[in-house]
Amino acid sequence: MSVPTADVSRRRGIPGLRRTGVIGHICAVVIVAAAFVAVFGRVLAPLDPDQINLREPYAGTSPGHLLGLDSQGRDILSRLLVGARASLLGPLVVVVLAIAVGCALAILSAWRGGLVDSSISGVLDILFAFPGILLAVLTAAVFGPSLMTAALALSVAYTPYIARVVRSAAVSQRAQPYIASLEVQGQSSWSICLRHLVPNVLPLIVAQATIVFGYAMVDLAAVSFIGLGVQPPQTDWGLMVSGGQPGILQGYAAEALSAGICIVVVVVAFNLLGERLAARTPETR
Amino acid sequence: MLLATLFVSSFLIYSSLYLAPGNPIATLSGGRALPPEAVAVLEHRYHLDQPFFVRYWDWLTGALHGDFGISIGQRQEVSTLIAARIGTTLELVAYASLLILIVGVALGLLAGLRPGGVDTVVLVVTTVLAALPAFVASTILISTFSVSLGWFPALGNGEGVFGRIQHLTLPAIALAAASLALVARVTRTSVRGEMQGEHVQTAVSRGLPRGAIIRRHVLRNAAIPITTVAGITIASLIALAAVVERAFSLNGLGSYLVAAAASKDFAVVQAISLVLVTVFVVLNTIVDLLYAVLDPRVKLGTRAL
Repeated sequence: MSVPTADVSRRRGIPGLRRTGVIGHICAVVIVAAAFVAVFGRVLAPLDPDQINLREPYAGTSPGHLLGLDSQGRDILSRLLVGARASLLGPLVVVVLAIAVGCALAILSAWRGGLVDSSISGVLDILFAFPGILLAVLTAAVFGPSLMTAALALSVAYTPYIARVVRSAAVSQRAQPYIASLEVQGQSSWSICLRHLVPNVLPLIVAQATIVFGYAMVDLAAVSFIGLGVQPPQTDWGLMVSGGQPGILQGYAAEALSAGICIVVVVVAFNLLGERLAARTPETR
Repeated sequence: MLLATLFVSSFLIYSSLYLAPGNPIATLSGGRALPPEAVAVLEHRYHLDQPFFVRYWDWLTGALHGDFGISIGQRQEVSTLIAARIGTTLELVAYASLLILIVGVALGLLAGLRPGGVDTVVLVVTTVLAALPAFVASTILISTFSVSLGWFPALGNGEGVFGRIQHLTLPAIALAAASLALVARVTRTSVRGEMQGEHVQTAVSRGLPRGAIIRRHVLRNAAIPITTVAGITIASLIALAAVVERAFSLNGLGSYLVAAAASKDFAVVQAISLVLVTVFVVLNTIVDLLYAVLDPRVKLGTRAL
């Protein structure tokens, strides 16, 4: 592995997005816009998302209702804007927890090696036997369905993936001479890990976090779709797709399709940006 | 290793539901207060009066003989309930796996061998497909092919061989979509890489027919990464089938698991989870074994990648 050198060829643009290309920047704009809607959705919504109007269910597009009304006559656009919060908050919880626990385990494994390493790997291998959605269904059966139980279950399911990738990068860092020289200088393990090792694998962690966010978003929306995630009257995009199912059979697809498109656009943005961030880290190149 | 993983996961499944809050007797009685004698009879019938490890051991040995106990919700043998539904799920997953392997590899080959227009189209399509959740794909398919065009039935299992294939086609496409895209992309990348390899250049310069080169030199080497991704994604379909079964109202294991989880019918949740985890682990092991067949350099016990 080569010594990391600063990239002096291109210094234009936002530092975090360098060398991700036009597509990377577009993805970042989509993600920032989605995050903005997630925070300010209630303020942005033109109408009350819970206002029921049973006289005009499935009304089409009109100046007052840009995307029309759902089966109970609620404004679809307003519900999309409000639903963004749960749709993005869930994956955020998954990513933060899975990264925190996964990286801690990975660095502990790489640093101590030996028995610690093999026992952590053994536990993670068993977790691999549980597909994320199955774990979320099990957790919903035990603790009752909610967004947070689903997010907790998925963060457990994603921890082994992150731990595996970060561990192999941390192992190769551990073997570098700079770590040995810091140890000879008498620096504590904590300070070497936090001030030298983690910053060196940080680009990899950021790329993994971006990719996992997209996957977690799909999984959480699926859990909401089968009724074991976000519970009404709260809503998210997965729940809106399932709420739109009866409408589809009668030929009114607006609610399910618009929520589905929102999910796909945000997930594509995370996946593409994640791919580009991963492509510039030496470990995954 | 396989047995150890299965044993630990069976313990995790059983103990997690054992620790769940709520009283099964209350579910049975529908919330009414029962006389102590009736409670004792019920506790004895469902083995609720035994200590935890005895119950776990009884459950596990029973499960190995195909006896998963009695469903508290349905008052029936869990194994009968599962047997009635497992066929649908297996057919659905098998159908989707075929689609993934055939269409995914074909698309990847096409993109890998024809740089330019075809390649770009495949790349864009697979990027969107890879991000398309199975339930959104279901929604789009039902809306286009069932409601607007009327080509396929929207819901239900179907009767007879032809009816089943007809009823399972849209669900299988929905289930396969995202994995198919991943397999296509990996095939494309590895075919691209192999085509630039020295052994392929040599074969081309020797004037071997193109078909033979692709079959014997390109695909043979590309098979290992393709098997890895196809194996992982096909194994993950087992859990994902639950979502698609719900979307198409199919009466399979997955939709039953979700219903049982929502109604806290724990015997059913435990049994189906154990079946799904077992299939998942066994499939992953088969993929590991396949490496040794595909690439004789890989010795068993060392993981290929």
